[in-house]
Amino acid sequence: MNLVIFIFIVLLGFTSYYFGRKKAYSIQATNTRLTALPQFYGYYLAIWCAIPAFIIYSLWAIFEPSIVKLIILSDYSNQGYLDDELNLIYEKTKSLSRGQFSGEITTYLETSAEKYLNLRSIAQNSKVVLILAIIIASIVYGYKRISSNNRTREPVEKFLNAVLFTASLAAILTTIGIVFSLIFQTIDFFKVIPLFDFIFGTHWYPAKAFVRDASEPLDPSMYSDTFGAVPIFAGTFFIALIAMCVAIPIGLMSGIYLAEYASTKVRQYAKPLIEILAGIPTVVYGFFAALTVGPFLKDIGTAMGLEVSAESALAAGGVMGIMIIPFISSLSDDVITSVPQSLRDGSYAMGATKSETIKKVIFPAALPGIVGSILLGVSRAVGETMIVVMASGLAANLTFNPLESTSTITAQIVVILIGDQAFGDPKTQAAFALGMTLFLVTLSLNIFALRVVKKYREKYE
Amino acid sequence: MNKNKEKLLNSRYRAEKRFQFYGKSAIFLALLFLTIFIFKIFSTGYTAFQKTWLIVPVTFDAETMYLDENPSKEDLEDADYFDLALQTMFNLDKSASEKQQNDLKRMVSYFFEREIKRELLNDPSLIGKTKDVYLTASDDLDQVFKGNYPRDLPEDQRRVTDYQLKIFDQLVEQGRVESKFNLSFFTYPDSREAELAGIASSFMGSIFSILVCLVIAFPVAVLAAIYLEEFAPKNRFTDFIEVNINNLAAVPSIVFGLLGLGILLAVFHLPRSTPLVGGITLSLMTLPTIIIACRASLKAVPPSIREAALAMGASKMQTTMHHTVPLSMPGTLSGTIIGLAQALGETAPLILIGMVAFVNTIPGSPLDPAASLPVQIYIWAESAERGFVEKVSACIMVLLGFLIIMNLFAQIIRHKFEKKWS
Repeated sequence: MNLVIFIFIVLLGFTSYYFGRKKAYSIQATNTRLTALPQFYGYYLAIWCAIPAFIIYSLWAIFEPSIVKLIILSDYSNQGYLDDELNLIYEKTKSLSRGQFSGEITTYLETSAEKYLNLRSIAQNSKVVLILAIIIASIVYGYKRISSNNRTREPVEKFLNAVLFTASLAAILTTIGIVFSLIFQTIDFFKVIPLFDFIFGTHWYPAKAFVRDASEPLDPSMYSDTFGAVPIFAGTFFIALIAMCVAIPIGLMSGIYLAEYASTKVRQYAKPLIEILAGIPTVVYGFFAALTVGPFLKDIGTAMGLEVSAESALAAGGVMGIMIIPFISSLSDDVITSVPQSLRDGSYAMGATKSETIKKVIFPAALPGIVGSILLGVSRAVGETMIVVMASGLAANLTFNPLESTSTITAQIVVILIGDQAFGDPKTQAAFALGMTLFLVTLSLNIFALRVVKKYREKYE
Repeated sequence: MNKNKEKLLNSRYRAEKRFQFYGKSAIFLALLFLTIFIFKIFSTGYTAFQKTWLIVPVTFDAETMYLDENPSKEDLEDADYFDLALQTMFNLDKSASEKQQNDLKRMVSYFFEREIKRELLNDPSLIGKTKDVYLTASDDLDQVFKGNYPRDLPEDQRRVTDYQLKIFDQLVEQGRVESKFNLSFFTYPDSREAELAGIASSFMGSIFSILVCLVIAFPVAVLAAIYLEEFAPKNRFTDFIEVNINNLAAVPSIVFGLLGLGILLAVFHLPRSTPLVGGITLSLMTLPTIIIACRASLKAVPPSIREAALAMGASKMQTTMHHTVPLSMPGTLSGTIIGLAQALGETAPLILIGMVAFVNTIPGSPLDPAASLPVQIYIWAESAERGFVEKVSACIMVLLGFLIIMNLFAQIIRHKFEKKWS
């Protein structure tokens, strides 16, 4: 039914476009000068026809369910039900009215279901009537405006401008959405777990929080020593460190080589090939790390008489480093190429070799940009999920031995939230608190890095 | 004195050589990783495109199927093929003990009943006759036949028994084992049994998610980019929007998963595990990518175009919509495709919104529960069975194939249709 109304509005919008344009031609035929091109008359009428109807339509879609629910549940309001029970009753009512209910049917439920169906049909009918009325009223209004040859281009363009502006708000809305989705759960989490315990605790066993009887009230004392995030922060930092140990030398050196030494031909082929590494999905890297690199390191370790876990931090970090190489190499390549030629020429004129020029002149000049690119790489490494989930351990050990397994913020979020989640459980909330931490850390890294890169660009432009 | 100078010069030249060598080896290493990587995936994955069949003679005995004489089509549909199928397997070795019979049964997939039924439905005149039927071999035998499974392990460490191997070898000798192209890998949904698992369900899930993502992200991103590049006044608020976009582009994908979980599922109660929610989440992620690409290509349209249109009396909106935007479309489209390719490879946010559930039906709309190709890779990679390793690699090959095609497509659009302004 809703779809029918929707299509009806769209079709009506299209027809009113032609209608409006026709009107414009007929005005033109009377030798009156039009105030805009004929199609603007059409757009004008179409906007008047469709937009108010759409607004009503969507407002209705948003508010109808909750109003119906309110009316249905008002019957149960003073009987001392809890919110959850009321929700359950409402769900039962709905499924009964659809005839899909299989539980015990009480008379109460039956009357509710009847009422529900009744309300829905009233709502449906009044919606159709209202929308039709709105459409007719606004078409009549718009048509009158056209007929008296009012300006049409300006309002249409104003409307388009508003649409463009609204679209540009999407980015802000997404940011707000991220913050909102994280903040409430995080606050709830810190109501149960003190912030201090989270930041400085050294034991992370979220599985412990799972064995809880949901009917009993929350007892914060049982969570002491459960959500201490130090091992995870340390693991995140450690794996990112290993990744950067792989990515910085290789990425930086290949960036320098491509920018300063490579012939156009080498550059033409090597650069896109290296960038393929950035396009490979991370889950593929994860599989590669778990299937090939992990066992390979383990075999080497065993041959050298070392105890190596098959899910070592080294395997995950190393593969993550490979993934980050292209980010660092292409960013530092850009940065180095944008160093002015005059600096190089000056250095060569003093008799310096190419490598001396790079090390003593270009590198210091490009340093801010390079630091920025490295920071962006670090933020990638911190936020990387699948490699760690698949290749490193899922238990949070507090260790700095690269041959043992550790866990990261991202991996813990996945471990906690995979499968069914119960909102309101400290364990689920812990994942959101970790997400908040991750968001803040990467956000500050990005802002800082982007600022550094921007400053640097301005310097040489 | 002169000798010292020469020495110094030589050491400086050596340093130069060393530095160049470091650079070359860095590039070499990066490319080596890429090669190893691709080689590894292909060498483990190519066998998954072959499937091992056992060719077993089936005697379509009406009595074992509990059929009356001259059964109708419906009778054949409803008949019980299990006993017939069992009997067929037991006939491979008539002297088998009960335990061995069980082993015999496990040599084929549990679809064997259906495969026999299909054969009979195709040709109902087979009743009372014997015919060779192709049955899907179990994944363990499949792996043995492909040589991926060590046969010399002690029996208790193997999933295939000595008895099964013996019968299997007899069948091989009789030429009753055949390897054919594995069509079911592309047409079957996921399954717990490696030999029957296919990518159809996750493939459709990916397609639906990407479509939802495209439908949402593309218009919003293009409109936003047009506003920011052509209409936005230079003020604080515009700066704020730009900072937001740049930061969103660098937010870890898993945070978008939390957004999907915390807002789309918990507040708006959209259906869990569906490509709809996955697509919306991915669209929020690709939004900044497309906006940035679209702005760059709008910026590349020379001002003279705009000035010419304005001089002819077009309004600002007309100039933008009739001239600037169409000219920027190639760049925007290729940026969109690259953004979609990123979204196609994304895993973590989809896991959080529940697209990791085991789905053994092929989704028909974005509202049906589904997995996606990268999530399927994750699911299979986590399962212990040996048969899944090659499936994972094959799935990766399919995914990479798609990514390569999308990126090539983006390149072609860019090079073929983009106007060079000089």
